[in-house]
Amino acid sequence: MNAPTTKQFKDSDYKSDINPVWCPGCGDFHVLMSTTKALSSLGVPPENVAVISGIGCSSRIPAYTNCYGFHGVHGRSLALAAGLKVARPDLTVLAMSGDGDGFSIGGNHFLHACRRNIDMTYVVMDNRVYGMTKGQPSPTTEPDWDSALSPGGTGLSPFHPLVVALASGANFVAREFSGDIKGTAKTLVEAINHPGFSFVEILSPCVTFRPDEKEWKNTVHKAVVEPTDDPARAARRIMTDDGMNTGILYRGNRAPYRNKVTGKGSDPSVLEAMFEV
Amino acid sequence: MNTAKEALESISLAIIGSGGAGAMTAGGILLEAAGKSGWHGMMNRSVGPQIRGGEAAALLRFANHPVACMSETYDLLIAIDWKNANRFAAEMPLKSDGLIIADPSAGDVPVEVSGSGATIVEIPIKDLADSIPGGRENMIATGIAAGFIGLSVDHLMAVIAASLASKGEKAITASRACVELGMEYATKQKRTFTISHPRKLESGRWLITGNEAIGLGAIRGGVRFAAAYPITPATEVLEWLAPSLAEVGGALLQAEDELASINMAIGASYGGLPSITATSGPGLSLMLESLGLATAAEVPLVVVDVMRVGPSTGIATKSEQSDLNIAVYGMHGDAPHVVVAPLTVADCLYTAQWAVHLAEAMQVPVVVLSDQSLGQARVLMEKPANLAFFAKRKVWDDAGEQPYMRYAITADGVSPMALPGTAGGQYTADGLTHSPRGTPSTRSVDQESQMQKRHDKVANFEYGSHWGLIEGDGDTVILTWGSITGPAREAIRALAAEGINVKLVAMRLILPFPLDDLMASLEGAKRILVVEQNHTGQFFRHVKSHTDLPGEVRQFHRPGPHLIGAAEISRHIRDWVKS
Ligand SMILES: Cc1ncc(C[n+]2csc(CCOP(=O)(O)OP(=O)(O)O)c2C)c(N)n1
Ligand code: SF4
Repeated sequence: MNAPTTKQFKDSDYKSDINPVWCPGCGDFHVLMSTTKALSSLGVPPENVAVISGIGCSSRIPAYTNCYGFHGVHGRSLALAAGLKVARPDLTVLAMSGDGDGFSIGGNHFLHACRRNIDMTYVVMDNRVYGMTKGQPSPTTEPDWDSALSPGGTGLSPFHPLVVALASGANFVAREFSGDIKGTAKTLVEAINHPGFSFVEILSPCVTFRPDEKEWKNTVHKAVVEPTDDPARAARRIMTDDGMNTGILYRGNRAPYRNKVTGKGSDPSVLEAMFEV
Repeated sequence: MNTAKEALESISLAIIGSGGAGAMTAGGILLEAAGKSGWHGMMNRSVGPQIRGGEAAALLRFANHPVACMSETYDLLIAIDWKNANRFAAEMPLKSDGLIIADPSAGDVPVEVSGSGATIVEIPIKDLADSIPGGRENMIATGIAAGFIGLSVDHLMAVIAASLASKGEKAITASRACVELGMEYATKQKRTFTISHPRKLESGRWLITGNEAIGLGAIRGGVRFAAAYPITPATEVLEWLAPSLAEVGGALLQAEDELASINMAIGASYGGLPSITATSGPGLSLMLESLGLATAAEVPLVVVDVMRVGPSTGIATKSEQSDLNIAVYGMHGDAPHVVVAPLTVADCLYTAQWAVHLAEAMQVPVVVLSDQSLGQARVLMEKPANLAFFAKRKVWDDAGEQPYMRYAITADGVSPMALPGTAGGQYTADGLTHSPRGTPSTRSVDQESQMQKRHDKVANFEYGSHWGLIEGDGDTVILTWGSITGPAREAIRALAAEGINVKLVAMRLILPFPLDDLMASLEGAKRILVVEQNHTGQFFRHVKSHTDLPGEVRQFHRPGPHLIGAAEISRHIRDWVKS
């Protein structure tokens, strides 16, 4: 959590001059916009923010911000981010990736990042497909979605990221739609400010491989209930909604991970006494 | 009753017992007391696959000179009991003039042990322990061992009192009574021995394991962050680092797997903190993709691999030098990085500290190839001097060149690194091929120039004399690396006593290959014996891929767990020279 500074920043101060590789109309453009908006309203200087990602279309996002960034390997953004935040508790750390990156190859890290509850924010741009590798089903894809790799559909029931996050101990859980830039930015501000591990799933259409997702703008709807601090209640609501319910769904009060680098300690020579005979 | 103790340069003894019998505790006490007497020595352990209640043996060696390996034959074997002893027998062959201390109540001495021809001395260890209120058999065994090898009761009691301080006066009194009783029985025996001319030392002694020494070397070098996933035989590096890093203001983060641990270390290092992780072969296999990331994104990192018998799960508790191939060649693409190997337990400290220095200076991952025989051995070493290696990363500040280019092409290939929090230095570290600015690129000019830069910074670095160890001279050479340095050195010592001069060349720097230094050290060599502990001769092939060696070349290698010993090496040389 960073206290807002007095200096005022514009959204554009958080944007780099690199042109995204994304397809025109990709939902990830909007996620970039809501992210820069959230950071400017927080007023945290761009150099004090680190955006960490894995591999995928969505994971290209760090270089499009004017923050410090790390575009790592596929699936490991949360581990990179955890190490960075423990080493540098002064930074605002955002991990941002896709549903394949975060729930398939990086699924184990997702569980343990929730459990560990390090003070950082994890944004998954969920398009229910592997975009970068050109249209294979991801863990959140519907079972009957036809593709070259899984003709006729996978037949597998989709992964439920928000519920898994709750069950694993995430301290803040929200769902947003990329097209709602203002609403998403507001939720990101709250996620970043909330102590511990905050998880925001952003429904972000892949217009190229899931053109059907262009319809999302008509099917998403705001949650009508207040966020709860009871994970069981939150889970029940999420399990029974239509998957298009947006807003902050859970705000917990678990103490964040404590073990971090202080930089203040004894000289290494104190460690030598234990070896003396 | 004996009159004079036989004085030996080196004594080897083993204490065996089933798990829980306390053989390792007894060994630890003896080793530390030996240190107080000005002796050198080391201890290794042999444990079975059982987590608890299995067999355990403390293997000890004492000497009047620094030792870097265990003996192949033993002078004294003390058996608290014989449960599963047949499993150990092959690992601790007794000399024919050796002694077996056996408790008649524990049953017959197994043939695997008695077959050595060593003399059996019966001492009723269990009855002696039972005769003392609170007495323990391993303390009787400690006394017996001390009596045979001539350690003083005062030194023993100083060690025991310190370790039992929390258990109270009663426990200490009971232990003293046991130790004295055991000593009394031993000193009554016909044949006893001791260490000849122990050197008195100015600098004091340290008692340390290779795994602890790696940890201390890393912290001395500037490491303040570690990420950890447990694996035998590397876990002790991590368990030592956890409280020690906290003490110096750093932190250790326990990961969910090695895919995470290496990335946590990369993340912390990207944030500016010198970082480390430690693992063994299976973990290193999982880390390879991210090791490539650290190479491409130019993030300093130290990865320690305490090698064990492979492939796959292999034998977790036993040593082998068989991860050279993946450490050097395991990454996809061309990925210039550094691989170093400590030569002895004491050298683990030096090499780990050097590794941090190399990683930070070149912004490159450094793999440290230790192994179980170093990591889990406990040695008495002379208190080491402080080394001049410490983490010095070339960092960009806003006084640096503008606009900031993270991967700028520089003369030495090392580009100043901006740390998060530095205004104007924002960049995205990337494993994608990138331009000097860090922007992803598919242009061949970027691939070629960045590749060249990363190659140059590692190839042109000044490694100095640290690349290896050269001892002695002559046209017969033992060329080796890592933990085989200990037995090779010992072999050379024994051969010298027979008038056969052999030169030792032990490589600490495995990658980049120190071609010129190695060739200079081998000038005039007529016979080169390449020794290593693995099945395929990985080190030999690595050397051969860079150069032809002068003179006649022979190889001696075999896989673990049967450690290559000094006597075998000297036999190879002796037969060769005399033929
Ligand atoms: C170890 C590894 N395996 C496979 C790939 C290939 N790959 C690149 S991106 C990707 C999937 C990305 O999907 P997602 O995270 O959903 O992101 P999106 O492209 O949809 O934004 C895969 C499988 C890789 N880069 N690395
Ligand atoms: S393939 Fe899909 S996810 Fe990737 S950039 Fe194009 S629209 Fe976006």
